[in-house]
Amino acid sequence: MRRVVVTGLGLVTPLGGDVETSWRRLIGGESGIGPITRFDASDQACRIAGEVPMGTAPGAFDPARRLEPKVLRQTDPFIHFALDAAGQALEDAGLTQLPEEERLRAGVMIGAGIGGLPGIAEEAVNLHLRGPRRVSPHFVHGRLINLASGQVSIRFGLKGPNHAVVTACSSGAHAIGDAARLIQWEDADIMVAGGAEAAICPLGIAGFAQARALATRFNDAPQRASRPWDRDRDGFVMGEGAGVVVLEEFERAKARGAQIYGEVVGYGLTGDAYHVTAPHPEADGAFRAMAMALRRARLTPEDVDYINAHGTSTPMGDELELAAVKRLFGPAIGGVSMSSTKSAIGHLLGGAGAVESVFCLLALRDQVVPPTLNLDHPCEGAEGVDLVPHQARERRVEVVLNNSFGFGGTNATLVFRRV
Amino acid sequence: MSDIAERVKKIVVEHLGVEPEKVTEDSSFIEDLGADSLDTVELVMAFEDEFGVEIPDDAAEKILTVRDAIAFVQQHGK
Repeated sequence: MRRVVVTGLGLVTPLGGDVETSWRRLIGGESGIGPITRFDASDQACRIAGEVPMGTAPGAFDPARRLEPKVLRQTDPFIHFALDAAGQALEDAGLTQLPEEERLRAGVMIGAGIGGLPGIAEEAVNLHLRGPRRVSPHFVHGRLINLASGQVSIRFGLKGPNHAVVTACSSGAHAIGDAARLIQWEDADIMVAGGAEAAICPLGIAGFAQARALATRFNDAPQRASRPWDRDRDGFVMGEGAGVVVLEEFERAKARGAQIYGEVVGYGLTGDAYHVTAPHPEADGAFRAMAMALRRARLTPEDVDYINAHGTSTPMGDELELAAVKRLFGPAIGGVSMSSTKSAIGHLLGGAGAVESVFCLLALRDQVVPPTLNLDHPCEGAEGVDLVPHQARERRVEVVLNNSFGFGGTNATLVFRRV
Repeated sequence: MSDIAERVKKIVVEHLGVEPEKVTEDSSFIEDLGADSLDTVELVMAFEDEFGVEIPDDAAEKILTVRDAIAFVQQHGK
């Protein structure tokens, strides 16, 4: 089977509009959570979120940086984030000027959980108030989830597989895993893969709040709201942004002397077959996804140095994931560090697995693991597990595991190894 | 009259994301300003909003240049 490595990274997160700003602030223990400023949230149960810092200041996200004005105006923000992160990743990989024959073998697979929800909500109101003849002709293709991939394909002339993943909050992880397989199976030599989300809008916040998924007790202390495994946690905080990686066939990357962040060595995917939103009471699907990914990687729990957990800060999910990890790892739990970067950026839904994969690859590069913020009073079951509270830690990092679980009982685990 | 022309040009600049200098009365939306067929639908909607006119589909199909748009508004505008 062909080997697949990561040669380029791109990020747009609540901590910054690029990889290095996001990573520096994450390792510095900073939080990207704050009061919602995009709209008047005063009537919402949850009034906080991880909004991407917008503007032309250094480290912020300037949509005009890589997007043409027309595309910017006609598409929803999740596509803006995806296009910019894809541009960053391709620039980082040095692959923006591929010759035609290589572009035929280069594809895109960027997922999202919800896609253009803000635009759908606004246009529905427009239809209601002004009638069908006032609906934008760009409405449909500016909101569809696969148009993140579509726009990236068009912008960079990538003519290989043009695909997208929709598996709620595991979309980003599934996209990277599935894209790696397309390279393994020789459908492509290069894949631009990841996930994006931008659902911080009245309907998105209200919907998740009504599903009782969001943190509602920390509206006056936003930076303390996302607190995975802490006894006072009460739900997740919504984030937005995108994570994109350039995946490349190993021999090709080696031959051109590309920088290699890590190898995609393991991928596991399972279903809970249990409930639409609640995790399985024994985290059975999560357990099997991790086991499958390690088996595929031909690794054992002893080999794993860092786990970037799904850890959303919900009362049930955090403890069940922790229990599943402990059950799988047994005594090897003593050698692993596990943190949730959602404590700093919130939950990016369909973007989460991809953004967190980028963090995992940077942990491999810099030999440091990011912290779990706000872990003041660890929940039951946390004893004996290094959850990296409050501060990043330098340590040996050779193998990392990244978990993502989504509504519908869908689970994905990725394993990356330093090359 | 010049007021209508300026307002038409402003809409074209905003919707097509082109430099104002490139938009003359002779400019064809598709040939000169990079619009696609959906952009022209959107432009017609913007003209309708701006000038309070209704532009039926068969008339919209004949509005290909900035000059065509100005002429339609002059004839049918309020």
